[in-house]
Amino acid sequence: MQTGNLLLLLVVMIAGAYYMGHRRSFALARPLGGIRHLHSLPFYYAMRTAIWCAIPALVVLGVWLAFDDTLIRNMVMGSLPAASQPVDGSAANLMLNQISNVASGALSPASVSPEIAAAAEKLNSLRQLNTMAITVVVIVVAMLGTAWGWVKISPQMRARQQVEKVLQTLFMLSATIAILTTVGILMSVLFESIRFFGKVPATDFLFGLHWSPQTALRADQVASEGAFGAIPLFVGTLLISAIALLVAVPVGLMSAIYLAEYAPARVRAFAKPALEVLAGVPTVVYGFFAALTVAPVIRQIGESIGLDVASESALAAGLVMGVMIIPFVSSLADDVITAVPQALRDASLGLGATRSETIKKVIFPAALPGIMGGILLAASRAIGETMIVVMAAGLAANLTANPLDAVTTVTVQIVTLLTGDQEFDSAKTLAAFALGLMLFITTLLLNVIALHIVKKYREQYD
Amino acid sequence: MSKTTEQVRKSLAKRYRAERRFKAFGVGAIGFGLLALVLLFTDIIGKGHSAFFETYVKMEVTFDQDTLDISDVRDEEQLNFANYDGVIRNALREEFPSASGRQEKRELYSLISTGAGYELRDLLKDDPSLMGKSITLWLLADDDVDVYVKSAQDDRLESRLSDNQKSWIESLEAQDRVELQWNQSLFTHGDSREPELAGIWGAVTGSFFTMLVTLILSFPIGVAAAIYLEEFAPKNKFTDFIEVNINNLAAVPSIIFGLLGLAVIIGLFGLPRSVPVVGGIVLTLMTLPTIIISSRAAIKAVPPSIREAAMGLGASKMQVVLHHVLPLALPGMLTGAIIGMAQALGETAPLLMIGMVAFIVDVPGGPLDPSTVLPVQIYLWADSPEQSFVALTSAAIMVLLSFLIAMNTLAVFLRKRLERRW
Repeated sequence: MQTGNLLLLLVVMIAGAYYMGHRRSFALARPLGGIRHLHSLPFYYAMRTAIWCAIPALVVLGVWLAFDDTLIRNMVMGSLPAASQPVDGSAANLMLNQISNVASGALSPASVSPEIAAAAEKLNSLRQLNTMAITVVVIVVAMLGTAWGWVKISPQMRARQQVEKVLQTLFMLSATIAILTTVGILMSVLFESIRFFGKVPATDFLFGLHWSPQTALRADQVASEGAFGAIPLFVGTLLISAIALLVAVPVGLMSAIYLAEYAPARVRAFAKPALEVLAGVPTVVYGFFAALTVAPVIRQIGESIGLDVASESALAAGLVMGVMIIPFVSSLADDVITAVPQALRDASLGLGATRSETIKKVIFPAALPGIMGGILLAASRAIGETMIVVMAAGLAANLTANPLDAVTTVTVQIVTLLTGDQEFDSAKTLAAFALGLMLFITTLLLNVIALHIVKKYREQYD
Repeated sequence: MSKTTEQVRKSLAKRYRAERRFKAFGVGAIGFGLLALVLLFTDIIGKGHSAFFETYVKMEVTFDQDTLDISDVRDEEQLNFANYDGVIRNALREEFPSASGRQEKRELYSLISTGAGYELRDLLKDDPSLMGKSITLWLLADDDVDVYVKSAQDDRLESRLSDNQKSWIESLEAQDRVELQWNQSLFTHGDSREPELAGIWGAVTGSFFTMLVTLILSFPIGVAAAIYLEEFAPKNKFTDFIEVNINNLAAVPSIIFGLLGLAVIIGLFGLPRSVPVVGGIVLTLMTLPTIIISSRAAIKAVPPSIREAAMGLGASKMQVVLHHVLPLALPGMLTGAIIGMAQALGETAPLLMIGMVAFIVDVPGGPLDPSTVLPVQIYLWADSPEQSFVALTSAAIMVLLSFLIAMNTLAVFLRKRLERRW
């Protein structure tokens, strides 16, 4: 039976278990004089039976599915005669692919060696056996669980506590997914990075000035060795992020100040959501806008005043990215500015300061930690932004600080290294994970510092 | 009048000027933001509106049995593989007999889309009695012709078409046999190399399945995690650690989640590439922090008096939460979930990592079929060299943006209608 159908069947069985538990709790209560003589409401007895049906069966199914593929493969490979055993890991993979292609009918058995055809047949029969076994075992486990839960129902049983305990554990497991995700991210980038640094020294990567990840496929090819100096990428990322922040910080900050301190309620009610629309536009749309509209315009303007502008200039990507993070800066700044106590404003205005003086000399210093935190968060956004730079920035790693040149960024290189055909073990692919590690560490540090600043100075005036 | 007052009075004009200047900066900043928004939208709409219509050419077509190479009209097999392009070519040659030589003929044939033959096939399948007859039909034009017809007189000089092709089109136009019709293929087809045949339906279905997986996984898990953290979690190091993790994950660049998906979900667990299930799992991990944070805010907004009243009537902690807190917090949680879904719908970068960038023509039939999603389709088309793809990309962006606007409007509506203030 297919796993999907098996799951459906399981759902039906769980519903059945619920019904049976419900019936039994009523049957037990009747001679005692009604359900008020039970420890828990019938619902809890029913739920308990359903849980006994579901959880053991699901655990068995999950564990089985996690391991059956590897087991079957090993058995098939083991069944091959010693003469045709593959020599190393990649040959084994190749052979396995061939076997499974024959088994699924994509390759005709006549076109391969008889050993492989036999192995394919064995694979098919093992798979059939496997699905049959899995169906039987899961159904039996579910039935046993239901029976156990059903038999155990008694008026004294503390069913409610047990059900609640299970639910609470499930809730806790959901919360720990956040930890698992972080661990998963760390593990995936860390392990691959360690393998990368086994091939390329970490100092070359961190301090090298030359980036050209194309490695030769064959030993006799006249291709570059592949240079993995990431400094040009870091500089490119910083350049584009700096341009973005130069746009977003003044504009975001001034609009937040205007909206919080000057704007009449009607203007605020219109302008604030309108600005926030900018944050809701998908980044791929900004990328399209940057590549097809902004970049040509900048190029034309540059040409008309005699400047040589690359068609994938850092300026275009940075400008559009800046527009994207305006609402980010402005809403964070708005929060901290409105959080400054009214008493400070009143005192300053009462002493005869104008509004702008109050803002510049009183409110701004008071809100500064929060604003700094917001800027750091915006910087981490800009550094991690991918689609705008993938579409509007270049691929060539130039080490330059000229915003009119084409530069490339960390995220662009991750995307180019990992999309398209790739082998999992080459330095080229692994380099993407090393870049991912750098990106993760940088953004993590920025966030931690930003949150720390915000938290530490937030309640100064309360 | 004292000296200080005198000084203040003198400086007043300057201070007021500074005040006005400062205010003008504020207005300018808002203006810049709004201008960028307006520019973005007008640019997209200006580029994309033309893609909703495409050029058709009126032709008289003869279903000639010999050209089609069909011996039996009722034979499905023969109908599928018949030479419909030949029929169209005949019609074109009859129309413009002046075309001679291999090169000119090829130019002539390329006026009509390669997909026009399928239309003839469907017609013939529906009505086999058409065999041998001549009918007048609107045939789908090639994308270069489409661009030429749509462009203004001045821009026509830069067209990729040859002079012959231009004169043919102009003679057809003079006879009123060129028309713009509603671009149906845009909403019914999958991707294609031919701009006039390419559509977003494949990407929209892919997006639908991906979002379905994301919603099924992220909403229950997010709500459960929020309930645990708000109502049950003891104050200890472990709980703090969870909270730190959630806050950090909310700020991790989306592409990192793609790396996680590639290394763990595809590499370790062995799930196939390019399928909505993997995309959904990756987007779930990405949107979970958003959903958890907004769900916690919704739970926090339920006043303690509700909990105390339920508690006082003898409800257990779990009963208080499930029977009273959760129903009251649900609208807020839904709003958060919709906003999280809108975020996930527009996300591209992590899906590039897990291989949802493949060129896929077929419309996916389920969450385990290889597919692409709307933003990735936009990215793919934006990279294509043909000029028509620019309009098509913009049209796809308009569709994506209207989905997002609809979702956000729904969220605002839900918040206004259902959320209770105490």
